[in-house]
This record gives sequence, structure tokens and C-alpha cells, in this order.
Amino acid sequence: MICLLCVSGTAARADERPSYGDTIIVGSIGDASNLIPMLSSDSASHDIGGLIYNGLVKYDKDLNLVGDLAKRWEVSRDGMTITFHLRQGVRWHDGRPFTAEDCLFGFRTITDDKTPTAYRGDYLEVKRAEAVDRYTFRVTYRRPFAPALASWGSLVVLPKHLLAGRDITKSLLTRQPIGTGPYRFKEWVTGEKIVLASNPDYFEGRPYIDGYISRIIPDPATMFLELKAGGIDWMGLTPMQYRRQTNDPAFAQQFQKYRYLSFTYTYMGYNLLSPLFQDKRVRQAISYAIDKEEIIKVVFLGLGEICTGPYKPGTWYYNPRTKRYAYDPEQAKKLLREAGWQDTDGDGVLDKEGKPFAFTILLNWGNQERLKSAEIIQRQLGQIGIKVKLRVMEWASFINEYIDKKRFEAVILGWSTGPEPDQYDIWHSSKTAPKELNFISYKNKEVDQVLEKARRTFNQEERKRYYFRFQEILAEEQPYTFLVVPYSLPVIHARFRGIQPAPAGITYNFIRWYVPAREQRVLR
Amino acid sequence: MVRYLIKRLLMMIPLLWGITMIAFAVIHLTPGEPIGMQAEFNPKVTKEVRERLRAYYNLDKPLYIQYVLWLQKVARLDLGTSFSPDGRPVAAKIFERIPITLLINVLSLLLIVAAAIPLGVHAATRQGSWGEQVSTVFVFIGYATPTFWLALLLMILFGVQLSILPISGMRSLVGYEALSPAGKVFDIGRHLFLPVLVSAFGGLAGLSRYMRSSMLEVIRQDYITTARAKGLSERAVIYRHALRNALLPFITLMGLSVPSLIGGSVIFETIFSIPGVGQLFFYSVMARDYPLIMGMLLIVAVLTLLGNLAADVAYALADPRIRVER
Repeated sequence: MICLLCVSGTAARADERPSYGDTIIVGSIGDASNLIPMLSSDSASHDIGGLIYNGLVKYDKDLNLVGDLAKRWEVSRDGMTITFHLRQGVRWHDGRPFTAEDCLFGFRTITDDKTPTAYRGDYLEVKRAEAVDRYTFRVTYRRPFAPALASWGSLVVLPKHLLAGRDITKSLLTRQPIGTGPYRFKEWVTGEKIVLASNPDYFEGRPYIDGYISRIIPDPATMFLELKAGGIDWMGLTPMQYRRQTNDPAFAQQFQKYRYLSFTYTYMGYNLLSPLFQDKRVRQAISYAIDKEEIIKVVFLGLGEICTGPYKPGTWYYNPRTKRYAYDPEQAKKLLREAGWQDTDGDGVLDKEGKPFAFTILLNWGNQERLKSAEIIQRQLGQIGIKVKLRVMEWASFINEYIDKKRFEAVILGWSTGPEPDQYDIWHSSKTAPKELNFISYKNKEVDQVLEKARRTFNQEERKRYYFRFQEILAEEQPYTFLVVPYSLPVIHARFRGIQPAPAGITYNFIRWYVPAREQRVLR
Repeated sequence: MVRYLIKRLLMMIPLLWGITMIAFAVIHLTPGEPIGMQAEFNPKVTKEVRERLRAYYNLDKPLYIQYVLWLQKVARLDLGTSFSPDGRPVAAKIFERIPITLLINVLSLLLIVAAAIPLGVHAATRQGSWGEQVSTVFVFIGYATPTFWLALLLMILFGVQLSILPISGMRSLVGYEALSPAGKVFDIGRHLFLPVLVSAFGGLAGLSRYMRSSMLEVIRQDYITTARAKGLSERAVIYRHALRNALLPFITLMGLSVPSLIGGSVIFETIFSIPGVGQLFFYSVMARDYPLIMGMLLIVAVLTLLGNLAADVAYALADPRIRVER
């Protein structure tokens, strides 16, 4: 039976040779804001920008850095200089050739004080950048800087001939971008759609799918109805939709669901300046007292994995053998007792020196998953005698008034991590000033050291050792209680073939997706 | 009349100035700053970057200076540039969205008026009848029904099950440009059918009840008794004598609804994916996009004042009792 299926499977595939044509319509919750990637920080803009622009390097399906606009590169022996050898014959969408001058121009723009970009940080370590010749671009750093290589992705290469000498924020390119990538910009109707067409001269070959339309549908329920009615081909599902609303045979025949771990995680962070959380045993106890399995089961309907540290499981820098905190309320109580917390007055709440153990978890409004997780945590901590209050507020005041000013006890938040493991800005003790990202005020000398050392070497094995140690320390110290790594749950119309989920997700080979000729749709 | 108009228009200037000053103070007193939104929670956004963005937007200056800077621009009819990463002029962002919001709201207002007047008259003249009770229950159900829920049900029915109406958007995604003018009107009509219906459904209750009470008041007047005594048919009494007078308060109501015509609604614009002003305003508040918020408030304030003025003028024209001295 299984064998039969295999045979018919391959037989069907044989006449489904890749062919050009068709258009993919992608549902997007938000409109893009600015199509010059360095000027925007929202994912809608970056999704479109990623199809229009190239970087010097990119990640392949296994998250290794490979050449993109750079054919190859060399890192000097002292680790201070990177020389990129660029592809020749690449043209901008307007026909002008791409050269090292464009890289240099992009670098100068992103480091210019007048450019309102959120991404300047990585480029401040550069001492000198130069276009050695037409197809050689060289950067020299003040000291070896391992995250440097990844920073030469798609943010920094800009068409100099269209932007030089002009105010980039007022450029036409913010709304009608011109890049070197697999798709060319065609049309943007604000709040409605962004239309792209395939670039027949793309240096890696013409993409099979002719058109890409990003359709803006702000309401997830509406988007799901549009999917069912054939109005879009591709969207991200919620766990509820994935589990409960997409199981009928008709749906399965029309659509293909995918799932893979996303580059995000949810955590509960403690304000380490608060006397409540200064004792490591207290933080460990809370980690033992929270049943992460239950959060995953109830909030994510099983579509997530237990988070054990700041990295995504399965990446080369993820340490699978750190200390774990399986649900164990007895162990939690024991640790709290050791730390001096006991219920002396018999009211069900632990106390120490006459003060009850009570704290408030701060949350941002609009994120249901975090709120539901917090409610579960509230109940579970209540069971071991810790009184938890929840406070939900709107994002802008949440960040400016509470996180930035460190006016919180505990907080549930998430990080988007990305394939580069450097997390200096989040964990280094020098990053604890107001408004900086180590807002929990975590300070550990050894963590500081390994983070610094890992930045200074390009040797992957060596970096891995440092990051493994880093994760061991965090697991022991529990400055966060790491909660969940959720899955990405895209669903795509079944006529699209060639989609192969990998550690990098599914979009890495988008230009090789295709629709077999007889299944192609002609859009009126 | 002309002098009166000029006086009223001149009075609007200090009024507007006061409104903008209060609005400016209030939105800047709201906790939070625009930077938080653009930066999101992105590990790449360091403190230096945020401080720099702050200076870029003049947020490091004292509040009164920021207000003066804003006022200087407005005096030159420039609403400034949005703080959002697109950096587009506020006026362009608002005016590209006003036509669609205006269209939907005018259509839905017409639908409401067309339904509310007969419903209200019916309810007033047949008080306590079976038909009146049914219509009362119906409009209250409409009033109490959550817009998003009704919208989703209608979308499932007409869009997914029957597939006779599009689910969202305001025109076809592909192929709209190639349609004939009549085809375009038909296409937009198909797309706007559900949004207009849904937004009218909720507004029906208020207006029809208003119409009912206004009508009830009028039929108790002496001149209605006189009309009846003259031997006029009940039809003529109600529609010629009573209705005209009962409609007078409607003028004020229409005047007051002028600002809401461009106000838009976050909920149904979001549900139906219509890029209208309501969404824009909502997100600008969430993102603390001060220039955009101020631009919207200014436009709404001007329209409110103009709407009031227009209502007063129309009232004077329609009702001889309250005409101003010559």
C-alpha cells in the first residue's frame, strides 16, 4: 500500500515539470511602510524588500552564510578585514550595472547621521570601507567582529545612481523601489496591495512564478475567509485555525499546511533590581513552578516547543544539554523555603520578614497568547503561594513608561532572534542603562566575557563553545523563565510546488517554486 | 445674513486655535513616545539609535516649541510629515483615504435615513401595534449586534457559501483597471454592498427612535388637531403636515454627523480591509504619530465647526420661527 502510494506519487510528479507562469497572492496583516529596507523595521516592508533587493551575503536553507551579490569573500587572518568579490554583470532593475560603488554608497547612507535607520549599530564598528575596484568591496573593522559578515545582508546595497546627493527619506524609491532582486516593483496601492513582477534577467535565473501580490487584509478572520474563498494563496495560520478549522478533506485537497519553529520566543523576565528576584533560588523556583507543557497545550494548542534558552532549538549554536526546569512544584517550594519564603501566618501566601510574596506581571495589550500564558502562570504560582497580579497596557506606554524606566517587577515579552547568535545588546552588563535592551539589568562577568570573545572570532567551533557556555549560565541563573518557541504555521495553495521546509523556513527557495502548467490560473 | 456668516467664520479662527492647543497638549501628555513603535522590540535598535531618532523628530525640544513649530507649518497650510517610516506628508496620507470613507459613510447615511424615517413614522403612528413592536425589536437587535460578528456571518454566507459577493477590499484585486467605467462602478458597488449594509444596520436604531419621538411630539400639537378637524385624510395629515415639522430636528442631526462622515470606523474598515481614515487614525494614535493625529484632529475640528454653521443656516432657512434679526 505504502509502495503503491510512492509509485503514484512519483508518476504524478514526472509530468509536473517546473514551468513559468501564475501569480501568488499573499495575505498580509499590515501594509508596508517604506520599501527602502534600512528605513523600515516592520516585517511587511522587509518581506517585499527581500524580493526586490539583494545583499552581499545571504543565509542558505541550513542557515549558513553564502554569497549573494558577492561571489565569494575573504576574511583576513587577523579577522579585521573582509574583502567581498562581487558578481559581474548584475544589473539594477533600471538596467544600470551594479558595482562596488553601490555597496559603498549604501554603507555611507546607513552610517549617515541624517538617515533615520534603526540598524546603524552593526556598522559603527567599521573603521574603513572602500571600493577597491569596480567589483571588489573591502571593509576594515576596528577589531575582529564576527556578526559583521551577516550584517552585509540585504539592508545596505542601494542604487547610488538614483540616490546620491538626495534626501533618502524623500526619495521616490521609498515607494517605487529599484533593486537587483528576483522581483521588480510594479504597483503599490496604499492599504490595498503591492504588486511585483518576476525579473527575467535575475542573476540566479528567472523565477518560475511570474507575479507576486501582497494583499493587505488587517483582520485575521477575514483573511482566513478570503483564503477559503480563493482570494489569497498564502497566509500564516493561528494555532486555532491550524488545529480546528483546516481539517476537512476539501481544505486538505486545496491547501498545503506547513509548520516549522519560528525565530521567536516568549519569556517572563524579572527586574533584577527588585529585591524580590535577586536570589537565584527564587527565580529557579518560579521556573519549576510554571508548567510550560500546559502553556503550550492550552495557549498554542500544542504548536510550540519548550523554550530552554535564548536560541532556537536545532541551530548550530543551540545547546541541547543545559539545565531544564520540568514542572515540579515540590522542588519550587523547597527552593523558596531555602530562600526564606514560608507561609508563617497560614493565609496561603508565602511571606518573609512579614512581607507576602506578591508581584505584578506587566503585559502589552493586543497579544492574546501572552495574556493567556500569564493567566496560567498566575494560577500555577498561586498554587505554591505566590500572589501574582496582571497588568495589561498599550504598547507605546508599556515600552516608554515601564520598560525603559525599569518600573516593573516581571514582564512577559518576546524576542525575534534571527540566525546570527550574537546577543550582546540583550545580555551584556554594559547595556543596562535606561532605554537599552538589557532592561532586566542582568549582570554576570562570565557572560560578559563569553559574549565578547564570541564576537571576536570567525571560527564557528570556537564561537559555538562560547555560546554553549553562555546558555549554561543562563539556564542556571534563570534571569528569564524561558517559556515557548512557537511554530510558524503557513498555509499555501496546493498548486504551488517545490516548497521544501528547512531550518531557514520555506522562503529561501521562493524563486524555485512553481505551478505545473495545467494547474496554472489565469487572472482576469 | 452675509454679515452673520462672516462673523461666524471669523469666530472659528480663535476657536480652532484653542482646539489645536488643547489637542496638542493632550496627545503629548499621553504616556509613550512615537519611537517605541518604530523601533518595536528589535534587538538591533540600540539606545543611541533611539536618541537620534528622537532628535530627528524634534521630540527633544520643549513642548511649546514643538507646538509653535507645528503651528507655523499649519499657518502655511502644511500639516507636516508623518513620523511613521514612510515619512510621507500628512495631508497626502489623509486625503488619499478620505474619498472611500466619505463614499461609504454617505451611502450608509442615505440608507439609514431612507429606512429610519418610514420606520420612525410607522412606530409613532401605530404605537403599540404588532408591526411596531416587531420593528422596534428589529432595530434594537441591530443596535446590539456587534458589527464584526454580523460582518463575518454575512461574509461566510455571501462570500464563502454562496460566493456571490466579494469578501473584502473595495475593488477587484486584479483586472479592475481593465474594466469599463460602468464595470468599475459595478465592481465597487459589489465590494461596498456588505460594508454599507453593516454600517447602516447599527446606525438605524438611534435615528429611527429619534424620528419616532420627534413625530410623537408633533402629532400632539394643536395644528395637527386643526388639520384633522379640517377633514384632511390621515395620510395628508401625517405626511404633509406632521412629517415636515418632525423632520426639522433632523437638520441639526445631519449637521452634527458631518465630522463623522470622514471619521470612519476602525472596526468595519479592518474587517472588510477597506483602507479608510478610521484605520489610519487608530494606528496613528497607537504609534503616537503626532503630526498625523494633529492633522486628523484639525480636519475633524474644521468640519465640525462648518457642519454646525451649515446646520444653523439651514435651520434658519427652513424654520421661520428662529430666523435671525435682519
